[in-house]
Amino acid sequence: MLIALENVTKVFRMDGEEVHALRGVSLEIREGEFVAIIGPSGSGKSTMMNILGLLDRPTSGRFLFDGRDVTTMNDAELARLRNRRIGFIFQSFNLLPRTPAIENVELPMVYSRDRDRRARALEALAAVGLEKRAFHHPSQLSGGEQQRVAIGRALVMRPSILLADEPTGNLDTKRGIEIMRIFEHLNREGVTIALITHEPDIAAYAKRIVRFRDGVIESDVLDRHRATTGDPPAVAAPTSPAPSSLVPRPVAPDARESGEGRA
Amino acid sequence: MILTSLRLALRALRGNPLRSILTMLGVIIGVAAVITTISIGTGARQSVERQFSALGTNLLTVIPGRITAPGGISTGGGAAQTLKIADAEAIAQSLAGVEAVAAEFSRSGQVVFGPQNDVTTISGVTPSFPAVRNWNPESGAFFTEADMRGRARVVVIGKTVKDNLFGDADPVGQTIRINRLSFTVIGVMEGKGSTGFSDRDDAVWIPLSTAQKRLFGVDFVRSIYVKVRNPERMADVQGQVEALLRTRHRIREGADSDFTVRNQAEFVRTFQGVNETITMLLTGIAAVSLIVGGIGIMNIMLVSVTERTREIGIRKAIGATRRDILVQFLVEAIVLSIAGGAVGIALAFAASGALASSTGWPLVTPTWAIALASGSAAAIGIFFGFYPAARASRLDPIQALRYE
Repeated sequence: MLIALENVTKVFRMDGEEVHALRGVSLEIREGEFVAIIGPSGSGKSTMMNILGLLDRPTSGRFLFDGRDVTTMNDAELARLRNRRIGFIFQSFNLLPRTPAIENVELPMVYSRDRDRRARALEALAAVGLEKRAFHHPSQLSGGEQQRVAIGRALVMRPSILLADEPTGNLDTKRGIEIMRIFEHLNREGVTIALITHEPDIAAYAKRIVRFRDGVIESDVLDRHRATTGDPPAVAAPTSPAPSSLVPRPVAPDARESGEGRA
Repeated sequence: MILTSLRLALRALRGNPLRSILTMLGVIIGVAAVITTISIGTGARQSVERQFSALGTNLLTVIPGRITAPGGISTGGGAAQTLKIADAEAIAQSLAGVEAVAAEFSRSGQVVFGPQNDVTTISGVTPSFPAVRNWNPESGAFFTEADMRGRARVVVIGKTVKDNLFGDADPVGQTIRINRLSFTVIGVMEGKGSTGFSDRDDAVWIPLSTAQKRLFGVDFVRSIYVKVRNPERMADVQGQVEALLRTRHRIREGADSDFTVRNQAEFVRTFQGVNETITMLLTGIAAVSLIVGGIGIMNIMLVSVTERTREIGIRKAIGATRRDILVQFLVEAIVLSIAGGAVGIALAFAASGALASSTGWPLVTPTWAIALASGSAAAIGIFFGFYPAARASRLDPIQALRYE
């Protein structure tokens, strides 16, 4: 088991008031899974992502990462785990400005003190089809290209899990699909992916959909067909109706909520 | 890792060159000021040492008045009128350990040759002056006992006065006017150079009797120079001179003398004490500007940490530890201060060169001053860079990633 959360809670204190972001979440993610975490804003999915990404610690409960209890680790150990085992992809790409793509991809290896940074970074950029743009600065790249650089950066350490927080949120639908196809491809090659989104069409690419509401898991549905065959979803465009191969229940309410969120 | 941090720091500083330069300016000025003041002090010290050692270590100087504090000069010193030429003659005649004695009375005055005129030191001395001070005419001759007895209107001029009045012409045999009296130039003294504070060649020498009676109307002297035969017996002779003068001045046992006998070493010590105090004071002021420069670095680093909050968040998410972030920002501050230090050193050399050529001061820049300035620049970078860097390293990655 790559990730095992057991009755995890998270309480924030804001202006003296307690906010219960997570109210007892138990979740397991195996190697090779492709999980979408969905839910309206305030449902606790972002808090979940921060905890999965070892950027935040649970208030209570157990969190085993690859069998190791991370709740007792110090900051340096967590940084090391983030560096080697987790690849982050953000909605706003979060590339370093005024820094060439290649050096952005090299960044994780700077902190792991690895050698052959240049060669490995070029390899990672080639994997996302951007080897020709290696020395462009982020400002010279399109949004889709920037996100591909970010994927290259997330993959260069060969992490155990890829955590993507609304990776298509800042992209048009065409670029969004491009990115999701890359994710699918990576997952087929064995990369574990956890994806946060509020768009059902994006979630449809995952093999398993975990829905959060009010700090608890409302539903956790495995798409057996996709999980076994790895077939791409039958969606032609994000606006098309949900394909029959998907479990329909989670899609409809989420589409409604995300529609509100965008309004 | 250090190399990577260094590259990172240089990129960050190049990203905003004007700001980087303005930030460095404080350190640049501080370092340049520290090195330049130390250079002035060291130059003065070395030239004084050189000149006093050229004078010889076997010279005692008697001046009127009492010098009280050790190493300090009392306000009355030199102003009293208690030393007479007869005191000098008595020392020369009655003390066996004395090789020669010279007396001096000097005051500033105007010398005129044709259309040229110059304000300089008019020094009335006895004919023994060249022998006592190891200082001889370069051309012509010094005046004699006969000139002294006859209050002759003859003058030996210093190199600076010669240059000012005569240029390249030969002054010997010419007539100049000193305070409206005409004097015949009979010689030019060899150049001794400047002490850093006064030019010893900017003077003229006339017979003491002429100075006292014809020019200034006084009957006392300002100083008596005693050349001791054997430098190892300086202390003995110093005691004998003191005893002799106390008897001549009828000073009772236990009362203070109305004169002071000093040897060269004391003079050097007094002068160097003053010099050191002034140098330390100026260096202290310069050091304050160095600290102000450090505060400037801290200020800009704090701004930079705030501006780059998101970058810090990204780095932390990707695996940078607190220490990595701390090192990154610390290196940036140190690069700023060391670069400032380097420019400051260059500026100090330029300023020292310009000062030396425009004022004629002998400036000497000791290696330790450069080491000290670079060291303090680096120390300032570390000290004032630490707080901003620590703040950056403690940022919460989640908050930092959300920062716009």
